[in-house]
Amino acid sequence: MTVNLVVVSHSDKIADGAVELAAQMAPDVLILPAGGTDDGRIGTSLERVMAALEQAADANSDGIVVLTDLGSAVMTAESAVEFMADPSAVLLADAPLVEGLVAAAVAAQAGADAEGVKEAAEAVYRPPAAPQHAHEHRPPEATGDFELVNQAGMHARPAAKIAGGLSGMDAEVTLNGVDGASMTELMMLGAAKGTVLHVEASGPDAAKAVDYLRGLITAGFGEP
Amino acid sequence: MGLDVNWALRWLTLSAQAMAEHREELIELDRPIGDSDHGENMDRGFKAVMVKIAEAPPETAGAALKLTAMTLMSKVGGAAGPLYGTAFLRAATVLGETADIDAATLASAFQAARDGIVARGKAESGDKTMVDAWTPAVDAAASAAGDSDVHKVLAAAAEAAEAGAVSTDPMLARKGRASYLGERSIGHRDPGAVSSALILRAAAGAAE
Repeated sequence: MTVNLVVVSHSDKIADGAVELAAQMAPDVLILPAGGTDDGRIGTSLERVMAALEQAADANSDGIVVLTDLGSAVMTAESAVEFMADPSAVLLADAPLVEGLVAAAVAAQAGADAEGVKEAAEAVYRPPAAPQHAHEHRPPEATGDFELVNQAGMHARPAAKIAGGLSGMDAEVTLNGVDGASMTELMMLGAAKGTVLHVEASGPDAAKAVDYLRGLITAGFGEP
Repeated sequence: MGLDVNWALRWLTLSAQAMAEHREELIELDRPIGDSDHGENMDRGFKAVMVKIAEAPPETAGAALKLTAMTLMSKVGGAAGPLYGTAFLRAATVLGETADIDAATLASAFQAARDGIVARGKAESGDKTMVDAWTPAVDAAASAAGDSDVHKVLAAAAEAAEAGAVSTDPMLARKGRASYLGERSIGHRDPGAVSSALILRAAAGAAE
């Protein structure tokens, strides 16, 4: 069981396309589009959004997170939530639609709870964390250096696998200094084939996290 | 004598007529500072309200406003849908099952409608939105309610909303699609404030 996602967009095509994109990285997550008006125009429809929310609520789920595009999509989503039997089961993520949805889907796929999924979506807004000051720096509990061996290097799917897997572990993990739980930051590394990723992990699952990354990276993420 | 379900139904009918009549005007207002769909959206929304009312005539003013709320939220499409939808829904909640609406209840219903718009759209007075029509209307309605005459409340609200709509001309838009235009939004009247004034004028007309 995972958190279910609903995508509210002014455009049917945007909602469908965003769902299609995110579903590639999260095959087990129910992601429902609610785009456009009842009669196929640009706009948002309370009926459509409510239908998607109800479908998401009916399916066994650990909660629902809603991603929206422009302003009135947010208002329609808020209105629809007010009409729900259990409004507390629904969280609205304040995040860019496409990037936020992909991050949310990856987090849901990895088993994050609704708060975690919302947080993953909203984290794509934030700039990469500033380097920690020396006095705050704790030595990592586990480290490793792994070379990227797949042809394409670091791109969306590997980043999703790394961030997704780590989100289920109790560990703070960095790869070449960026947050391993952030798909966006990982992709921004722009690491090509041959790059060595330096992994540092702290927390109860530190060793497990490093093992997980070793397996994933040295196997080329299952890619050629 | 207060207001009843027949007033509410006349209000909605006159609103639908006003949206049809001012459709082009609202589209023209929305063209420079929005996406030029406000007139079309409001016209379609209220026409759908008329269809719903004809299908199953509501028996109380509260039920009529609630039906309007649900219909506008589903049919309007733009931001006006959830905004007016929330406004009518909150007003409907204040009216409840009341069969004879007095001046104080009416003023409270208008206030609840305005509060709903503010809660939904997060706009404040001076942001160049429909709030700039509703807030003066609510204030005027509250002052007029002292005389316990619903007609005075309705007339005061309509007049203040019309003046409020005009007051948006020199404002710099801070909410909605118009806010993307920044300084260029100055000198245009806000279409949502205009449609709000039309709806409040229809409310007054329905009681005449």
